[in-house]
Amino acid sequence: MDLSPIWLTLKLAGITTGMLFVVGVPFAWWLSTGRSFFKIIIEAIITMPLVLPPSVLGFYLLLAFSPQHGVGKWLHNTFDVQFVFSFQGLVLASVIYSMPFMVGPVKSALQQLPASLAEASYTLGKSPWQTFKSVLLPNIKPSLLTAVVLTFAHTLGEFGVVLMIGGNIPGVTRVASIAVYDAVEKMDYASANNYSLILFSITFVLVIAVFVFNKYQAKSPLG
Amino acid sequence: MITINIEKKLKAYHGQQVLRVNRQFAPGSITKVYGPSGSGKTTFLKVISGLTNPERGTIKADGVTWFDSTAKINLSTQKRNIGFVFQQYALFPNMTVRQHLEYATADVAWIKRLLLLGSLDTLETHKPEYLSGGQQQRLAILRALATRPKLLLMDEPFSALDPKTKTGLISELKTILKELGITTIIVSHNPQELSGWVDDELVFE
Repeated sequence: MDLSPIWLTLKLAGITTGMLFVVGVPFAWWLSTGRSFFKIIIEAIITMPLVLPPSVLGFYLLLAFSPQHGVGKWLHNTFDVQFVFSFQGLVLASVIYSMPFMVGPVKSALQQLPASLAEASYTLGKSPWQTFKSVLLPNIKPSLLTAVVLTFAHTLGEFGVVLMIGGNIPGVTRVASIAVYDAVEKMDYASANNYSLILFSITFVLVIAVFVFNKYQAKSPLG
Repeated sequence: MITINIEKKLKAYHGQQVLRVNRQFAPGSITKVYGPSGSGKTTFLKVISGLTNPERGTIKADGVTWFDSTAKINLSTQKRNIGFVFQQYALFPNMTVRQHLEYATADVAWIKRLLLLGSLDTLETHKPEYLSGGQQQRLAILRALATRPKLLLMDEPFSALDPKTKTGLISELKTILKELGITTIIVSHNPQELSGWVDDELVFE
């Protein structure tokens, strides 16, 4: 059995989750503070992957980053970077596609904290960033864990968007979900079953781990 | 000297009302603010601390302008050097008693004195969820004092304390407030509370 799709999937999910943690958590904080029309628009845009068919998102990413047009052409000519049919492209698509799964739970948890926690910190002379780091983040640990696991697990299961932008190149863009589809197409049900079972097991263990870590009090990773 | 002359709109059950305060607070004085629920007592403290802004007016402390709606000056909460005791304590669930004080100050001797003042020295490794209501309230007061503020704002600070603890804490607190010369404004819903202890009163209708 060729395990490269599994390793590639884990690598993609790890990088995507790491990048989204660094970018998505401060972004969720920004969204959680105050309300403006601009923030509503931004939030709507990052929520779109939840409701859009993955193939639609993949199609637009394919158009946007095609080396023959616009941004994709500029990136290719200026930095020699190509997002279409490459692992970088999968990472980019995954970050966009999984962003609501990182931002949503973190933003919601931050909004549920009493405003007086941050206010108390400000009266002690602490900056918003110090307050975020020392007071707000440590008090939403269960939601942070839920967001990380949800993002990782969701990336493991991506299909439409990665197929559109990455295709099916063995060792480069052929992740486990595509390998399952490929195996079924070839009537190789044994391989499809092996890949499926591994994906199912990893996801199940992750979800169980969240519940154990949060001592059965975690918010359901399913929302 | 703290000089406050502000106007702030309040959301009221029956339409809108306006909070107007024009008052001076002498250095080191202790003033009680009392009035019925919804009269703007907590809002008044938040206006002074910079956590919310008035529509109009000025706030000056020792010659420094904290807020001036005309000159568009609005000093941040962090720069006003105030201590604030919140009505619901607003303690940090992730921090122990000692960590609350260490978050506010690096002065170890001061932390030790505060712990003794609040009788929390034996509970310094406890997190707020393992403290009683009275202990949580004392911790909130100690945390507000930790930065050695020039102005201490207290929102119903003694409501969860039993009479004996309240008397002991008030007595020690008064000593420390006088020693540090901290100007103090205490909100209370009870006209009788703190009588004989404060220097001045401000009544909100």
